[in-house]
Amino acid sequence: MNFLSQASHFLSDPNTLWVLSGTVLLGLSSGVIGSFAFLRKRGLMGDVLAHAALPGICLAFMLTGSKNPFFFLIGATVTGILASMAINAITRFSRIKEDTALALVLSVFFGVGIVFLTQIQHTNYGNQSGLDKFLFGQSASLVGDDVWVMGGVAIALLLFSLLFFKEFKLLCFDPGFGRSLGFPVGMLDLVLMLMLVVAVVIGLQAAGVVLMAALIITPAAAARYWTERLDRMLVLSALLGGMSGALGTLFSATTANLPTGPLIVVAATVVFLISLIFSPRRGLLAKAVRLARMRKQAARERVLHSLYENREQGGSGELDTETILQKYPIPRRRLKSALASLMRDGWIQVCKRNGAFRIRGTEEGWIQAYETVLRTRMTEVWMMHENEIGGNLREEGTGSVTGEIPPDLFEPLWNLLVKHGREPKWKPDAGSIPAGEGGITP
Amino acid sequence: MSMGLTIMVTGALVAASCGFLGCFLILRRMAMLGDAISHAVLPGIVIAFLISGSRDSLPMLLGAAAFGLLCTFFIQSLRSQGVQSDAAISVTFTALFAIGVILVSLYTRQVDLDLDCVLYGEIAYVPWDTLSLFGHNIGPKAIWGVGTAFLLSLLIVGLFFKEFKIVSFDPQMAAALGIPVLLIHYLLMGLVSVTTVASFESVGAILVVAMLTVPSATAYLLTDRLETMLAISVGAGILSSLFGYWLALVFDASIAGSMTVAAGTFFLLAFLFSPLHGVVTRWLIRRRLRTATAVDHR
Repeated sequence: MNFLSQASHFLSDPNTLWVLSGTVLLGLSSGVIGSFAFLRKRGLMGDVLAHAALPGICLAFMLTGSKNPFFFLIGATVTGILASMAINAITRFSRIKEDTALALVLSVFFGVGIVFLTQIQHTNYGNQSGLDKFLFGQSASLVGDDVWVMGGVAIALLLFSLLFFKEFKLLCFDPGFGRSLGFPVGMLDLVLMLMLVVAVVIGLQAAGVVLMAALIITPAAAARYWTERLDRMLVLSALLGGMSGALGTLFSATTANLPTGPLIVVAATVVFLISLIFSPRRGLLAKAVRLARMRKQAARERVLHSLYENREQGGSGELDTETILQKYPIPRRRLKSALASLMRDGWIQVCKRNGAFRIRGTEEGWIQAYETVLRTRMTEVWMMHENEIGGNLREEGTGSVTGEIPPDLFEPLWNLLVKHGREPKWKPDAGSIPAGEGGITP
Repeated sequence: MSMGLTIMVTGALVAASCGFLGCFLILRRMAMLGDAISHAVLPGIVIAFLISGSRDSLPMLLGAAAFGLLCTFFIQSLRSQGVQSDAAISVTFTALFAIGVILVSLYTRQVDLDLDCVLYGEIAYVPWDTLSLFGHNIGPKAIWGVGTAFLLSLLIVGLFFKEFKIVSFDPQMAAALGIPVLLIHYLLMGLVSVTTVASFESVGAILVVAMLTVPSATAYLLTDRLETMLAISVGAGILSSLFGYWLALVFDASIAGSMTVAAGTFFLLAFLFSPLHGVVTRWLIRRRLRTATAVDHR
């Protein structure tokens, strides 16, 4: 509550409001542009461009002698474009890989910038203080004019990405296809790079070099976890970026001594971590749950298989846990939980005899065991003869085999099973097998 | 030792040790890790400073090296969770750096750390920061620190040279041969962290990042053999630092910046005129071939 009341107190301060709107706008625009950069696997470009802005800013200052942010913007944009052209040239005309080219251009451009910076300091260009503020950023120093510039540029960037949405989409996902359709892919790439440069440069003053690199990539990487559609990803990334900006600013306004830029980065990183862990499909938690469920399913099937195979080979159909473990080695704990869940379903009975757990199927259990074995063997034989009999048992997207046998494949697969001598040879109770299953008549 | 000589020796040592490790980095396509590590060690430095309460180099070195390794560990874990490589690097190092900056501002009274100095270093101050042993002045601290780091990397890479080589060129085959690829990876990352930290206290992050990539990229254009590449890279690094120092004297500019510019110049020369892969050279060869075929067809 304290934080909220403090926040509302600070919101009534016009200065904080300027800073807040500035950082939110920044988060919005870099979130959108960053999504494209992320999908183009250019996440580190933000870092490189932010460093490459230094010589441009120094040059602009040396040429004009003024600290007008507009000149800085032009200077930084020029060197940013030069840097991205240098990277392109190096990767295209030599065998140097992209990551090396990025690091190389980053360090050399920044080195040139430092040389210029010391030149300016040594030759007394007058009031040069504040140039290095561009490196670390100082959101607290944002004033009305800066925010107007940032807002204008941010809106222009958003409009541009809306206008070229289709083209950029193509560029991100299949540039080769785009080229074959006759789109000027190289030109589009340049436009995208230009937009990235502008987005980075307007953010430098508020966020600084390193923090700008984070604003470009982190919201986009977080947004990627929640959706598979580009349009939703753009909106989400913009929202997450804006949210990080707002959170960082509010925290820094309510706590003494905490700089805004790093707090924005931390907020964005927390958002990213939350997405990494909790997002519904790609998140670590969802993955872990899916894995556990699959493991349990597999363990259950193994128990049913071993029971059935014992019966098929003329055994009594009563097994102890050790025999199952010998046949299908799985962790003991997993077997235990599989047995428990099978018992809950009423498919098996477990009784303790001579110090060992004996397991046998119930009437319902034998039918299920038969079905499972049949399905597994049919899937196996389908995978062996996939090209001859056609059909599709694979799941869309993942390519893994589901195990649901479509009715029209039932008969050819049964015949193949018979051919390989793999058809389930013991039927629990002919009468109780659902007859409609493609009409098995062995 | 005179001042100029000290600075040149320090620069050359930094260039040599970074150039040496940089070869493995660019062969493994991890050049940006140098940049990432050099930013990510900031919280390590601050925490070590807060715990030890002194500006002694050793605790800071340890703290920074620990965070360098932590950074590579985070990057590796994110990658193995399916985060694309560039995003993994960016997210990790920016977050760690931001935490470092926040720590500095939180403990600004206790921590008398100048951010500019940590990041950009000032090689010009190296001669004054000397180390004394048993009361004797044994020379600048930076030379000892970087020299030790260089010897350490020479020793470890020398011992496991074959393993490093196979892992750099063909990690799958290395894994198939039973070489502990991940261990070698972390060994390399540990060396990079130690070297980065030992160097940039005196010369600044930017020179470290530059020396990790630029000389080794130059060497990569000049040869196809790892041993030669290592030698050329170390040589190009040393040459850049000497030439850069001269540039800095002439133009009265930042020494680290000038060394970076010098390294960039050497790279540009190799990029254009390398006998194997140079742009101009290849153009000349193509032109000669074209004339030759034209003559043949006449």
